[in-house]
Amino acid sequence: MSKERLAIIASKGTLDMAYPPLIIGSTAASLGVDTAIFFTFYGLNIVHKEKIHSLKLAPLGNPAMPMSFPPSVEKSFPPVKIIESIFPGPPQIMGIIPGMTDFMTSMMKKTMKDKGVASIPELIELCKEAGVKLIPCQMTMEVFGYKYEDLIDGLEPPGGAATLIDYVTQAEKPMMLFI
Amino acid sequence: MENITANKVLDTSGLNCPLPVLKTKKALEDMQSGEILEVIATDPGSKADIPAFCQRTGNELVKMVEEGDRILFYIKKK
Repeated sequence: MSKERLAIIASKGTLDMAYPPLIIGSTAASLGVDTAIFFTFYGLNIVHKEKIHSLKLAPLGNPAMPMSFPPSVEKSFPPVKIIESIFPGPPQIMGIIPGMTDFMTSMMKKTMKDKGVASIPELIELCKEAGVKLIPCQMTMEVFGYKYEDLIDGLEPPGGAATLIDYVTQAEKPMMLFI
Repeated sequence: MENITANKVLDTSGLNCPLPVLKTKKALEDMQSGEILEVIATDPGSKADIPAFCQRTGNELVKMVEEGDRILFYIKKK
């Protein structure tokens, strides 16, 4: 019987919310905790072959959005610092402009890269290397119309809520995290 | 204690959470028990994370030194 098991439920499909389950999952496994990540609802996009590369960050309806430009942009084009001092991040209303979501997404990706944070596909590989079980939600696959072949390689067979609860409660110390 | 000779050096300069911990774990995997791994990090979070990793996994953190922006860790494999 395993001593400790951690089950993480990844339920969000935006770029920013794809990070926490993968970072915590890969780290937990590296620290010797048996770990599984259950990808459900929009979180299933994190393990979708194509959608994993097009996860986005929406500025609209995200009051925490004010963010500075990526360090490499500030360096190569210093005038952006003036823009930042006037608008610390895009005003909410700009989120409705077509292309704004893609723009913010690319800025976020650039900042992450500049700061030495791994990308989502890299984190997935690190999770696999660390032995994290990646479980796609069967019900969500039905709802979204995703086939097992549409998902990335190296996943566990699709499972449901019972699969997850059974996995985690087999340990002396079960832990669960909803993200 | 003054002179610790590392059997292997891992440079994680520029990398951020969780990479320094994951790479440390990986580097320790192909080392022998008792050997010393030197980890170089620039991520300030690693000051807390690498000791936590060592405590958790039973590998001994022999020494931690801050050198300007860099933090050096000497870890003895369990």
